[in-house]
Amino acid sequence: MAPASYPQDLLYHPEHDWARIEGDEATLGITWYAQDVLGEVVFFDLPSVGTVVSQGEAYAEVESVKAVSDVIAPLSGEIVAVNDALAAGPQAINEDPYGDGWLVKIRLADPSGRESLLDSESYAAGLTSTTGQA
Amino acid sequence: MTVGAPTIDPDETRTIFQRGAPGRRAFVCPPSEVPALAPAEVLPERLLRQAPPRLPEVSEPEIVRHYVGLSKRNFDLDSGFYPLGSCTMKHNPRLHERVAALSGHARLHPLQDPERAQGALELMWRLERALSELAGLAHVSLQPSAGSQGELAGVLLTRAYHEDRGQQRRKVLIPDTAHGTNPATVAMAGLVTVTVQTNADGGVDLDDLRAKVDDDVACLMLTNPNTLGLFDPNIVAIASIVHEAGAILYYDGANLNAVMGISRPGDMGFDIVHFNLHKTFTQPHGGGGPGSGPIAVSDRIEPYLMVPRIVRYDDGHFELSEQAPRSIGRLRGFQGNFGCFVRAYAYICSLGAAGLKDVSEVAVLNANYLLARLSEQGVAEYLPRAYGQLCMHELVLSGAPMRRELAVKTLDLAKRLLDHGFHPPTVYFPLLVEEALMIEPTETETKETLDAFADAVAAILAEAASDPEILRQAPHTTPVRRLDEATAVRSPVLRERLADAPREPAHAG
Repeated sequence: MAPASYPQDLLYHPEHDWARIEGDEATLGITWYAQDVLGEVVFFDLPSVGTVVSQGEAYAEVESVKAVSDVIAPLSGEIVAVNDALAAGPQAINEDPYGDGWLVKIRLADPSGRESLLDSESYAAGLTSTTGQA
Repeated sequence: MTVGAPTIDPDETRTIFQRGAPGRRAFVCPPSEVPALAPAEVLPERLLRQAPPRLPEVSEPEIVRHYVGLSKRNFDLDSGFYPLGSCTMKHNPRLHERVAALSGHARLHPLQDPERAQGALELMWRLERALSELAGLAHVSLQPSAGSQGELAGVLLTRAYHEDRGQQRRKVLIPDTAHGTNPATVAMAGLVTVTVQTNADGGVDLDDLRAKVDDDVACLMLTNPNTLGLFDPNIVAIASIVHEAGAILYYDGANLNAVMGISRPGDMGFDIVHFNLHKTFTQPHGGGGPGSGPIAVSDRIEPYLMVPRIVRYDDGHFELSEQAPRSIGRLRGFQGNFGCFVRAYAYICSLGAAGLKDVSEVAVLNANYLLARLSEQGVAEYLPRAYGQLCMHELVLSGAPMRRELAVKTLDLAKRLLDHGFHPPTVYFPLLVEEALMIEPTETETKETLDAFADAVAAILAEAASDPEILRQAPHTTPVRRLDEATAVRSPVLRERLADAPREPAHAG
């Protein structure tokens, strides 16, 4: 498994999701911290292309050996691509959460949505303050 | 202790199909005096087999050794301490088995005419009255066969109650500490779950509850004490917030072992309660026997209660009645798991009201004793309490510091406990506690056992500091070593094809 990292070029939602914005599209996934807490991912319930997702709301489910968890959309938009490779190899979410473990690509509905997201440093700072307490 | 690759004796994994020899039989029937009919004379051709089925061909000793061998590799409550949180793995008194095995109980046919099953109906009626008294709610149905089915009955009753008032309420409020069955039940009943947050003390966040209650809420499902092992002191305020919105209050009775004879859900304002007879009232369970999840309800829910209902006439005669026009109907075939009723009733009669109260007091005492032992130096640094100072019948620790400082997970600690002869506690639940470890000792364990468990946890943590690899590879002494759970879920192999199971020569002995 990859060591902990929160790349500088991504934006983060406090529910442990990342977004990589490229033009009017964004790639979404879950953070290193999220996959670490979940443990080994065994199933990702792929949403369909065309589904509309809303910032802060669940758009998919990820199942690990511990639990089934909602995946929260960091931004609003319409899904234009899903990572089909996760159907056969969901472990990519653990092994490469910012690369091969990407979940969906969306066409952004509201460019201003990014303003409420966190940068790498703020997100990582939030992690140390919440993980200290059980 | 040597740490190496898992090894499994081939004999351990052989199925009954891989034992024996062609033509070998455990039992030979005496010659039949009735002339045999050829199958083709009595069955349509499309139903005739082309070849005989492949069945195990083994001697009686082979059968006995095979299954006794399997049973010995199981870990059960009769073998050792089983502190699986939220499951109430208490001792099953042998008296109950003796009573349940009486032929009038064990051999009673479910289709027996009620006229000829008066004793069974009386036992069920008396059990209903006892559960009614414990719940503080007047009406009981024994029909549900598990806690989850009791929950489903409760949510269907809630729906029926609102629909009878011309309301279609769609939402069910559930705290984020709830058992997973609660949201599953809501989905099953066609309603929608709304999660209520937990406050800093581990109880329901009242502000969040107020914000989420509206006239579309059908009910709040609550466990008290909750899955953090804490009694919510705001229960009266919670009940009034929910009732003011016209919603129903549902009590998940999974944790009743903490409060029997001390506090009653009916007095707290709950309308519907389910019991887990197999937990609180002793029964072999968890793969060892059927469950039973009776419900008790208030007067306003009673019209919708399931049928048939047990009716007692003034002359002491019992009957099963379907006379309830607004009932939600039947939840299952027959009357429920009768053997569970017998054991639960035997338990209630053995202990009496004072004894049941003792059960809860000792369950809480045992949990707090263990909590105190696990708060000692050497343990609390790595496994602190998740919430609060004291607990009810179970305690929840967080392995987050252990994971950060020793790079050892709660799962590793749990697996290593197996090598010490203990069944691990519940792990990774409740979900809001990081690296959770949920321990329910029950009232039937001795101080010596609790001490031995606490000592084992301390020893494992000391080992984790010096040689963590031992934990990461654990267990080392079980018939099967660390299982690859992820692959088991990703690529499950659910059956073995007979063609892939050739008979192997038996090992000596």
